Amino acid sequence: MQCDHCTDRPATIHLTQIVDNSVTTRHLCEQCAAELGIQTAANVANPLSDFLASMGKEQDEKAPSGGEAGRCGFCKGTLDDFRESGRLGCPRCYDPFEQYLRDLLRRLHGSSRHVGETYVAPGREVDPNEGKLSELRDQLRKAVDTENFELAAELRDRIRVLE
Amino acid sequence: MKFDFDLLPDGGISWLDASGPEGHVVLSTRVRLARNLDGRKFTIRTTEADREGILAEVVEAGRKTTQLRDAAVIRVDAVEPFDRQLLHERHLISKELAGLEGGAVRKGAALITNGDVAVMVNEEDHLRLQCLSSGFALSEAYLELDRLDTELGKELPFAFHQEFGYLTSCPTNAGTGLRASVLIHLPGLVLTKEIGKVLQGLSQVGLTFRGLYGEGSEVVGNFFQLSNQTTLGKSEQELLEHLGTMVRKVIEYEQQARGILERDAPTVIADKVWRAYGLLRYARTLSFEETMNLLSGVRLGVGLNLVSDLSVYTLNKLLVFTQPAHLARMEGKMVGDPELPTVRATYVRQLLDADAARAS
Repeated sequence: MQCDHCTDRPATIHLTQIVDNSVTTRHLCEQCAAELGIQTAANVANPLSDFLASMGKEQDEKAPSGGEAGRCGFCKGTLDDFRESGRLGCPRCYDPFEQYLRDLLRRLHGSSRHVGETYVAPGREVDPNEGKLSELRDQLRKAVDTENFELAAELRDRIRVLE
Repeated sequence: MKFDFDLLPDGGISWLDASGPEGHVVLSTRVRLARNLDGRKFTIRTTEADREGILAEVVEAGRKTTQLRDAAVIRVDAVEPFDRQLLHERHLISKELAGLEGGAVRKGAALITNGDVAVMVNEEDHLRLQCLSSGFALSEAYLELDRLDTELGKELPFAFHQEFGYLTSCPTNAGTGLRASVLIHLPGLVLTKEIGKVLQGLSQVGLTFRGLYGEGSEVVGNFFQLSNQTTLGKSEQELLEHLGTMVRKVIEYEQQARGILERDAPTVIADKVWRAYGLLRYARTLSFEETMNLLSGVRLGVGLNLVSDLSVYTLNKLLVFTQPAHLARMEGKMVGDPELPTVRATYVRQLLDADAARAS
C-alpha cells in the first residue's frame, strides 16, 4: 500500500480518526507522518527527539549549523548529527556547541552548572582561578540575560583581572 | 565462547541475599557513574580499533586500583548470545552492552567486575562504573563507587568540563554522570490504586521510574526502579539524599497501603496471597510473567507475615533463576524451548517444597 500523502513510499502508519461521528482512515509513510506532526511509536521511542527537534528550530534561527563553522574540530560531528542520534560525537563537542548545549542542559536538568565533585585529569595543572572564573562567567551570562548591565560590566572587569 | 559463571565472584548476585536494609520492600540498590576518556570519540563514533584501545587502557588502569586488582574481565563480544542474555538478566550488563537491542554486540564490549563493583566498557559511554547492593543502601553503594572512580580517575584522563562537569555522550547524563536507582516492590500501592499518584508525585520532584530491567523495560510483578532523572546542577550527595528521602517516603506509603489492606480487606488479601502460593506450589506450567506476578503476591504475604515457611532469599532466587536464559541454562535447553514453562513450574515447586520442609 502506498502512502496517501506522497503516493510514493510504502505506507507503514495507519491512522484512524473519528471526527463528528465520521470515521476516516489514512495510510501514511513514516516521513510524511512526521511532517504532518503525527505522533507514532517510532518518534515517541526517543523522548529526546521531539525536544531536540524543537530546540533545533530555535537554534537554526539564531545560528545556522551547517558548514565548517557548525562542525566539531575533533570528531567532525555536527548539531544535525546530534539531533538525529541524540548522542554527541566526542567530549570536545561541548566546546563548539557550548551555547546550544548550555540551553539544552538547562532545560533537561534545570541548570547547566556542575556543582558536584571536581576533577583534574592526571598530568594536568590545576588553575587556581579556573573555578572562580567559570562561576563569574556564569554570573555574567545571567546578568546579560536579565539585562542587568551594571552588574555585567562589573563582572566583566573582575573576569579580566583574573584572566 | 561459553561463559563460565563460576568465574564471577559470588556469581555476581551477592545482592540476592536480602541482607540489606529494608530488604522486604527494597530488593537492591544500584548506583552508576558515566565516564569518558578525553581525546577520544564517544562510543557511537568509534572504530573497532578505538574500542580495543579504550578497553586495554581501562583494564590496565583497573589493575592498578585496590578494588579491581584481581577482577574478572569478561569480553562480552566473545560470549554467546545466550550467555549475554544471562548476564543481562543478572543485571550485570545493560541491554545495550549485551547487544540485545537489535543489531550485533559491539566489538570491544566488556565487563570488569569484582562482584561488588564493576565497569562496563564501551557502553554508550566509555566507562559505566556500577555498584549493586542488597536492600536500600544508597550511600554505601556510592561510597564503594566513589573510591573506584577516584582511583581510576588518577590513571585515566576523564573528560571533564569546568562548567558542565563530566562529559557524556548523551547530555541527559552530563554533570555528575550519576544515576542511582532502587528496585522496590510496591504491591500495596498497586492494589490500593495509589501507585499512579505516587509515581506522578515522584516525577514532579525530579525522579523517574522504570521496570525491572531498567530503561525501556515494562513493570512486571509490581517491581519498580526509582531513580534520579537529572544529573546536573546538584552535587552527588544532594542527588542521593533527595532520592533517599523520597524512597523512604514511598516505603512509608507502601507500609500504610499494606496496613489499610490488612485492616479493610484481610480476607481478600489472604485469599490473593494463598492463591498465588498455591499456584506456584502446585502448577505444572508457568510462564515467566505469571511467575513474576504470583511471586509478587507471595512476597506480599511474607511481608504481612501470612506466609511464614518461605524466606525472602528463596523469593529473590526464584526471581532471578526463573528468567528465561537462567532457566534454560540450568536445564540445558534453549531460550525459546516449548518445555520451559513446565521446567519453570518444576523448579519453582522444588524450591518452595524445600523451604516448606525446612520450616516444618
